[in-house]
Amino acid sequence: MAWRIIEGNQALAIGAKLCRPKVIASYPITPSTHVPETISEFVADGELKADFINVESEQSAISACIGAQATGVRTFTATASQGLALMHEMLYIASGMRLPIVIGCANRALSAPINIWCDHSDTMAERDAGWLQFYAENNQEALDLVLQAYKIAENKEVLLPGMVAIDAYTLTHTFERVDVPSQAEVDRFLPPYKPLYAFLDPEKPITQGSFGTPEHYMEFKYSQQKAMEASKEIIDQVFKEFDGKFKRRYHKIEKYKADDAEILLLTMGSMSGTAKDAVDRLREKGIKVGLAKFTVFRPFPAKELIEIAKRPKVLAVVDRNISLGHKGALFSDATSALASMERRPLTVNFIIGLGGRDISPQNFYEIVEKSEKILKKGKVEKELEWIGVKKEMIP
Amino acid sequence: MKISIGARVEEAGSSIKYKTGGWRSYRPVVNKDKCTKCWLCYKYCPDAAIEKGKDCAVIDYDYCKGCGVCAKECKFEAIEMVPEVK
Repeated sequence: MAWRIIEGNQALAIGAKLCRPKVIASYPITPSTHVPETISEFVADGELKADFINVESEQSAISACIGAQATGVRTFTATASQGLALMHEMLYIASGMRLPIVIGCANRALSAPINIWCDHSDTMAERDAGWLQFYAENNQEALDLVLQAYKIAENKEVLLPGMVAIDAYTLTHTFERVDVPSQAEVDRFLPPYKPLYAFLDPEKPITQGSFGTPEHYMEFKYSQQKAMEASKEIIDQVFKEFDGKFKRRYHKIEKYKADDAEILLLTMGSMSGTAKDAVDRLREKGIKVGLAKFTVFRPFPAKELIEIAKRPKVLAVVDRNISLGHKGALFSDATSALASMERRPLTVNFIIGLGGRDISPQNFYEIVEKSEKILKKGKVEKELEWIGVKKEMIP
Repeated sequence: MKISIGARVEEAGSSIKYKTGGWRSYRPVVNKDKCTKCWLCYKYCPDAAIEKGKDCAVIDYDYCKGCGVCAKECKFEAIEMVPEVK
């Protein structure tokens, strides 16, 4: 391994390269463009023995990956926002065909109005597509999660595609120190890809992703759900094995000063770093606040959340997305997971940082202040709060 | 029968196992006495679900979807569409 100063997009590209994909098909889109750019250089320079396919759209990119993966090779692509939305129908086909493709996604807001900055609405819109979802806090996690995503996705109990999501600009274009493992180290962690089931072979023709009538379709969806459930244990195993080899321990939900916290922030992605800083400063003032960061969003780590939620009195769920007409995606899933608890903490949803609006420690001070009021009153009066919305601008 | 991982079909010609007759809500019934064996129904059937029988047209109910084209085209009112009931 070696320390390198790289941006998040390069971390995804290097992570992918270390996994030795045989086919990369990609269509450039801000802010993930540097991923295919970097990989195309690897291929052109002979550093990565792979076919790089230039395609005419994101739908073609993922389609080419599906076709290539179905011949029995590892594939990779990267996209963001509208690009992921354009992949939408093919995402379901990849997961239904049980092809463990891994994609890197730069989290970017969806139009309109057109916006190239960060929020999580693009990947959250795909949370039902049958893909494993991993969210990185920093560039190290971006690289590490690609390696682990392949290993989890390709496990015979899982066989589901996965996406590694990194925040636009905050990670994609920000240079950080990243420990880059050597090829030999990664080879010892991730063996060559061997498709477990028959794949496209002219000698032995088969159909994949065939017709599923009302007599069969539910059974296919049931088995995908079973694979998602099974992946929960495989994720833990792979995270543990990764720690053994690379000395970095990942958790589905990472706790930070959470054990004795009365107010617990639930966060995702790069905002978690800012929130940890805010937690430190608030702790100095004697406020019992902690944090739980969701590294894995699909499968949803309900069991881990219930365990973490036993002690705190208020859960402040911070969503960088909004399911318009309801609440944030993390809040919806978290509260439904907590519903089975006998004594559950009070829950409140904060919407923050849409379309790349900066998330500062001050935002978290405000969130914690509001949570303290809830704690004092013992009830939630307003379940959904928007942080930093300039109400005077609303017509 | 077991489903496969990823909806794979690994043998050729397996569609023969898939009986599409279950889609039918009306079944064509051939009146042997009226059938003149002109085979118009045989030619018109869009699913090739009618065979040339010894005495009259024979419907293959495993694949007939009950579209009613045969009854419509029959010049001798030899085919009647009867509602499917359990």
